[in-house]
Amino acid sequence: MSQIGLPHILFLSCALFFIGVYGFLTRRNMITMLMALELILNSVNINFIAFNKFLFADKMDGLFFTIFIITIAAAEAAVAIAIIINLYRNSHSLDVDDADTMKF
Amino acid sequence: MSASIIIFYLIAAMILIGGLLAVTATRIFRSAVYLLFSLLGTAGLYFFLDYEFIAAVQIIVYVGGIVVLIIFSIFLTQGSGTSLKQPKFLRMALAAIAATAGCALSVSFINNHSFSGANDKPALSPSVGEIGAQLLSTSQHGYILPFEVVSMLLLAAMIGCIVIAIKDKEPAANGNQN
Amino acid sequence: MLSPTLIALIPLLPVFSFLLIALGGKKYFPNLCGILATLAILGSFILSATVAYEYFFQLGPTAGAFKPTVAVSLQWLPFSPDVSIDMGILLDPISVMMLVVVTLISLMVHFYSLGYMKGETRYATFYSFLGLFTFSMLGLVLSSNIFQIYAFWELVGVSSFLLIGFYFDKPSAVAASKKAFIVTRFADLGFLIGILVLAYYSGTLDFQTLITRLTTPTDQLHHSMAATFMGCSALSWGLALVFVGGAGKSAMFPLHIWLPDAMEGPTPVSALIHAATMVVAGVYLVARLFPIFAISSPASLDIVAWVGITSSFIAAIVACTQTDIKRVLAYSTMSQIGYMMFALGVSGYGGEHGLGFMASMFHLFTHAMFKALLFLGAGSVIHYVHSNDMKDMGGLRKHMPITHITFLVACLAIAGIPPFAGFFSKEEILTAAYHGNKAIFGIALVTAAITAFYMFRLYFSIFWSKDFHPYHTEDGHGAHDAHHGEGPFTMLLPLLILGLLSIGAGFLPFGRLVTSDGVAIVTEFNPGFSAGPVLLALAGIVLAWSFYKKQNNAPDQVAGNIKGFYTAAYHKFYIDEVYIFITRKIVFNLIGRPAAWFDRNIVDGTINLIASLAEIVSFLIRKIQSGKVQVYALYFMFGVLGFVLLFMFW
Repeated sequence: MSQIGLPHILFLSCALFFIGVYGFLTRRNMITMLMALELILNSVNINFIAFNKFLFADKMDGLFFTIFIITIAAAEAAVAIAIIINLYRNSHSLDVDDADTMKF
Repeated sequence: MSASIIIFYLIAAMILIGGLLAVTATRIFRSAVYLLFSLLGTAGLYFFLDYEFIAAVQIIVYVGGIVVLIIFSIFLTQGSGTSLKQPKFLRMALAAIAATAGCALSVSFINNHSFSGANDKPALSPSVGEIGAQLLSTSQHGYILPFEVVSMLLLAAMIGCIVIAIKDKEPAANGNQN
Repeated sequence: MLSPTLIALIPLLPVFSFLLIALGGKKYFPNLCGILATLAILGSFILSATVAYEYFFQLGPTAGAFKPTVAVSLQWLPFSPDVSIDMGILLDPISVMMLVVVTLISLMVHFYSLGYMKGETRYATFYSFLGLFTFSMLGLVLSSNIFQIYAFWELVGVSSFLLIGFYFDKPSAVAASKKAFIVTRFADLGFLIGILVLAYYSGTLDFQTLITRLTTPTDQLHHSMAATFMGCSALSWGLALVFVGGAGKSAMFPLHIWLPDAMEGPTPVSALIHAATMVVAGVYLVARLFPIFAISSPASLDIVAWVGITSSFIAAIVACTQTDIKRVLAYSTMSQIGYMMFALGVSGYGGEHGLGFMASMFHLFTHAMFKALLFLGAGSVIHYVHSNDMKDMGGLRKHMPITHITFLVACLAIAGIPPFAGFFSKEEILTAAYHGNKAIFGIALVTAAITAFYMFRLYFSIFWSKDFHPYHTEDGHGAHDAHHGEGPFTMLLPLLILGLLSIGAGFLPFGRLVTSDGVAIVTEFNPGFSAGPVLLALAGIVLAWSFYKKQNNAPDQVAGNIKGFYTAAYHKFYIDEVYIFITRKIVFNLIGRPAAWFDRNIVDGTINLIASLAEIVSFLIRKIQSGKVQVYALYFMFGVLGFVLLFMFW
């Protein structure tokens, strides 16, 4: 474990973050966009944990932030799915490009 | 090459491959399953870093909660078998450019930056009790206020979900007539 | 002395009746409104008469002079510790005299209108407007503060506007009300500037303080005399501008054009507003500031005198040619107000020099009586004949005996035949003019003769001349026979009362009551002096008799001989046309149109340019806002990357 340093984990979380970004930008289904969003949040969590472990091992702040982010991710997923269901009920489509009424 | 390094690379591979497949799979249910693997890998990483409690929370909330929720919504909306529409090529290319460029920038930044922290203090492997005590502590470094705020947020989100997703009787009736 | 509350009730009773009628009465008890308003004004009149009696006879002069007293004073708008607009009631000889005149004439008109306006659809509205007018006029004469007088001045303007335009379905009435309002407003601009000039130099708005500061050698007087503009001192400018306001309201030449047109209003209104009370507000204003005019700025007083005599003379000539009886009376009103103005103008301040002031106020008083009588009489005639035009009248003396007699009394009074009221006041004015300015005296004599001529032209044309045949027999109103000529009792009683007053008002010892400085003066009666004007007036009457007693063509022949002059006078010397030329051709074309062009093309053009630029740009960039979330996210990503690059490598 001594050879695994902070940069390794940061590379990992960085890669995961941009995978999430790529998914968010390319996926046309709203549920899959939501999944991509979960990946992005996970990469942030990994970052918090890694910094807490390698730089401030005597404290627990990173852990708390992770816990809060997980909580908020759960809340956000619940609200997002409520919205998705409502949208699907109204327009029978989850294609994000169809939901483009909010423009000029 | 020690065992821990191998384990780390296995976990990393699981996270990244799971993530990549989750954002590229053509069937939505498979995509959700790949996401599940990616999240499990993250939990494994937390175990790897000796934070068992966080790993447990990750599994319970993400795997047991959010992914199940997503799968439910998939079944509620379109079913598991439908294949997803392919993304537009131009947008895919631009997204790939943005992602790789961003990744390259971040990696170069991480490479060139020397991280330094308070490494002299003894490392802590906090127990659930310690975490709970500090989370509800009102003293300095206590997290009681964010805890309460988040609990309010959860309540609001719960009510909001019900309000948004509840079936509106009147418009639905109209819609049926039409 | 009466308590301040009771004095304050004098103007407040009419306003209560106005509010009651306008807010509720019009809807719930329209037929009682007239009686209600008349009772309110009766209360005002009784209180005014009591105040006058107590002021002149019980309180009496202190140390030989009537002193002004402030009965009520409320601070209303304080600007600075020294300058504030107050609402107050100032009692001095002229305001008490005006109080009686206004309430008396208003009472007569209210009573007369009970008959005259009966059956009108807007009967209640008419009475509410009358109440508003009476309130405003009383507030005006009682003002203790020059800004208060301005406020009430505008209020009488508004009520005059409302009453002239009372028949608002008649286009001519609408045009006349607009004309009256605009012309007087234009004059009031001068008044306002004048008030500001006076207030700036004297540092006060209160009348008594103002007069004290600007007539005794104080710093304020020196400053206002020292500051000059175009060769005249600031004080003279201020007073002249105040006089412009007065001239507008009093229909002095050349701002008189609204008064003849104002006759479009109901006749009782013409009697109240455009003959007896409101139009003398200008005279009252000059009289109110008279000490300043007379002591500190004789130049301004000369302006007053010459404007007065010019208006008087021109109006008298025009009156000879008009055929609308109300217009004849309107021009005669203008002429008589001109008399009052120049009487003020030739007067000095204090003691025997103040004869002109006293004569002016005296004439104001007597004129109110007989001119209201003339208008109410004309109203009766119009009520019977249903026409304003002299040509439709004649021989009415048998049909309307009471109207005939009272009208004759009023004509004799205005012509200045003894012992009727007009004789006394006119004689005082002529005496004052004789001592003051010989040229004005000469013109005034001629005007007196012309006045007698045109008044009797009117009288003979209405009541003698040809026999009267009701011309509207065919449209079902043939019931007008000799026995139904007179109006109802409510219309006759005011005529009789005013007739008696027109006979008797001249015997009032005015010199003892109303003078410039409050000290009684003795007016001696000089038969040799007064014989001249009386003989001239008689000559005018005889001339009118020979022309108009019987229908003949003598007037037409005379008119034909001086055709050009006659036509000019008939068209009121083309003053209306001059105004129209000035406003339409000069103001509209030279100032209005370029300004409008500038506004439309330059100002609007700039705004339109900016607007269309914004439109073009937004049309170009609106494609960016596609409504697609992922496109926005892409912009966001590239934006973030751009910023990161910027901060890292720059």
